[in-house]
Amino acid sequence: MKRQLRSFKQSLGGVKASALVPLIAFIYVGMIIILPALQVVAGALAKGLQPFLDNFQSEELRSAVLLTLRCTLIAVPANTIFGLAAATAIARRQFPGKALMLSVIDLPFSISPVVVGLMLVLLYSPTNGLFGDVVNSLGWKIIFSWPGMALATIMVTFPFMAREVIPLLEEEGWDQEEAARTLGASNWQVFWKVTLPSVRWAVLYGLILTTARALGEFGAVSVVSGNIAGQTQTLPLFVEDAYKQYQTELAYGAALVLGGVAIVSLLLKLLVEQFLGGIKENEPFN
Amino acid sequence: MGIRVSGVSKEFGSFKAVDDVSLDVDSGSLVALLGPSGSGKSTLLRLIAGLEESDAGRIWITGEEATTRSVQDRQVGFVFQHFALFKHRTVRQNVGFGLELRGWKQDAIRRRVDELLELVQLQGFGNRYPSQLSGGQRQRVALARALAVQPRVLLLDEPFSALDAKVRKELRAWLRNLHDEMHVTTVIVTHDQEEAMEVADRIVVMNQGRIEQIGTPAEIYDHPATPFVMSFVGAVNVLPGNGPLAAAASNSGIQGQNTEGQLFIRPHDLDLHLSPQPDSVPAVLRRITHMGREIQAELTLENGEQVIAQLPRERIDYSNLKSGDALHITSRESRTFVPDYSI
Repeated sequence: MKRQLRSFKQSLGGVKASALVPLIAFIYVGMIIILPALQVVAGALAKGLQPFLDNFQSEELRSAVLLTLRCTLIAVPANTIFGLAAATAIARRQFPGKALMLSVIDLPFSISPVVVGLMLVLLYSPTNGLFGDVVNSLGWKIIFSWPGMALATIMVTFPFMAREVIPLLEEEGWDQEEAARTLGASNWQVFWKVTLPSVRWAVLYGLILTTARALGEFGAVSVVSGNIAGQTQTLPLFVEDAYKQYQTELAYGAALVLGGVAIVSLLLKLLVEQFLGGIKENEPFN
Repeated sequence: MGIRVSGVSKEFGSFKAVDDVSLDVDSGSLVALLGPSGSGKSTLLRLIAGLEESDAGRIWITGEEATTRSVQDRQVGFVFQHFALFKHRTVRQNVGFGLELRGWKQDAIRRRVDELLELVQLQGFGNRYPSQLSGGQRQRVALARALAVQPRVLLLDEPFSALDAKVRKELRAWLRNLHDEMHVTTVIVTHDQEEAMEVADRIVVMNQGRIEQIGTPAEIYDHPATPFVMSFVGAVNVLPGNGPLAAAASNSGIQGQNTEGQLFIRPHDLDLHLSPQPDSVPAVLRRITHMGREIQAELTLENGEQVIAQLPRERIDYSNLKSGDALHITSRESRTFVPDYSI
C-alpha cells in the first residue's frame, strides 16, 4: 500500500515536472529572445511596408549593406580555407605546439571583440601601430578602412570552422585516408575525395556559423572602422548610428535586414543539423 | 620472390616495434604473421605497404626495391581491421575508387566492378552504402576494393578480428579458396593461431619485434623452435626441468634431462592410466571436464606441480573418475628449453 502510494506520488511529480520544465524554458526564451525580436519587426513595420522599403533609398544603408557583404565575402572563404587547414593539421598530424595551437584557435571566443579590434589598431595604426611605418610606406590603408574591418571579421570568426571540423575528423580516424593512399591517391586527392566529403556537413555547418557571425560582428569592426557613415559603416554599425541619431525607423529597418539574414542562416543550420542526425541514425551496424 | 624484407627496424619513441627483421615471402604464397599484440606484426605489414617509414633495412616487392617508394607507388592491396570503407561512397564507388584514380573510363570501371562484386559474392549490393551492410559484407567490399587495381601483393591487417566467430570462420575458408584461385602473394596479420593454421601456407611467429620462427603450420606446431612459440601456438604445460615428469621423460628416452631448463608438454601428449605403468608418474585428479569428444583432466603431481591433460574419451574409462582419485601419467612427447641468459 505504502509502495503504491509512493509510486503514485512519483508519477504525479513526474508528470508535473515534465510539463513544467519545458514551460519555464518557453517563457524564458520568449521573454529573452522572441519578444525583442518581434519588437524589431513591429518597429520596422510600424508605419507600414512602404516606409520600411523607403529606408533602402538611403545611400548610407546601401553602402553599409555592401560593406558588410564585402567583409563577409572575404572572411568566410579565408576562414574556410585556413580553418580546414588548421583542423586537418591538428587532427591528422603530430607537431610540437599542437595543444597551444588548439587553445589559440579558441582565443577569439574568449577575448572581447573590442579587444580584438584594439589589437589590430595597435598593430596597423598609421600613427603609432607596430607595423604603422610598413603600412604607410606601402601606401596601404588598413585602420579606418575596409581592410582593417575585414581583418577584424576574420579574427573574430576564425574558430567556427576549425571547431566544427576537428571533432569529426578525430572521430573518423585515419583509416579511410590510409586506404585511399594504398589505392594510389595523392595527398591532394585524399583531401578532395575522402577527407572533405567525410566532413562535408560539419564544413557546411561551420560555413553557416561563420557567415552569421561575420554579418553581425560589431565590437571588433567598430574599433577599427572609425565609423564614417557611407564609408566605413557595416550594417551593425549603421544600426547603432541610426538609433543614436534618433532615426529609429531606419535603425529598425536595418536591424530587420540583419535579423532576416540571421533567421535564414538559423533555418539552414536547422536543416543541416537534421541531416547530420539523419546520417547517424542510418547506421545500424557499427 | 613476392616480398623480401631485409634487416628492417622501426621504433616508436623508445619502443622497438620491429627489430632487425628479415623475411622472404614466396610469390603466390599466403603467409600469416602471428603473434600477440605488440609483437610488431602489424607494424611490419604497414612497413611493407609503405604506411610507415622504416628506420633501417630494405624492402623489395615482386623483385623491385620499394624501400624509398611512397605507399601510392608500391601497388599493394591493403585491407584494414575496421574495413576503412569510404562511408560517403556506395559499394560500387568504393570498389571503383582505385580505378577512378587511374583514369579508367566509366564503362571499363563498371565492368571491372561487376567482376569483383561477383568475386566477393555481393552482386546486387552495388548501390548500397557501407552503413547498410553487415560486418562480413563490408570486409568483402574492402577486399574487392583492394583487388580491383590488381595489386602486386595483398596485405591483410587482422581482417576478420572485428567480426563475430561464425562469420570469421566462413570468411577464412572463403579467403583461402579465393587465394587458391588468384595466387596473389598474400600476407595476413593475425593474433589467432587457429586462423593462421587454417589459411596460411607458412606462418611467421613474431614476439617483441622479432621473428621467433618461420615454418609450415605443422612445423610450427610439431617442432616449435623456441619456448615462446611452443607456448603461444597451442596449449602447453610448463614445468620445472627437475620435476618427476622431466625425470620420467629422460628415463623413457623421449629426451635428455636438463634440470636447469623448463619442461614443455602439450596436454594432448599426456596419457592417463588407472594403474602404474613403466615410467609413469603418480598424480591426483583435481577436476575432470567433458569437452565433447575429449576429456580434460586437471592433475596435481606428488611435488605439488599442476598439470593439464587432454585425451580422447575412449582412451580411459572415465565414468567412475572423481576428484581426489589417484592416477598415473605418462608422456609421449615433451621438450626442454634452457633459458637463454645471453640476452
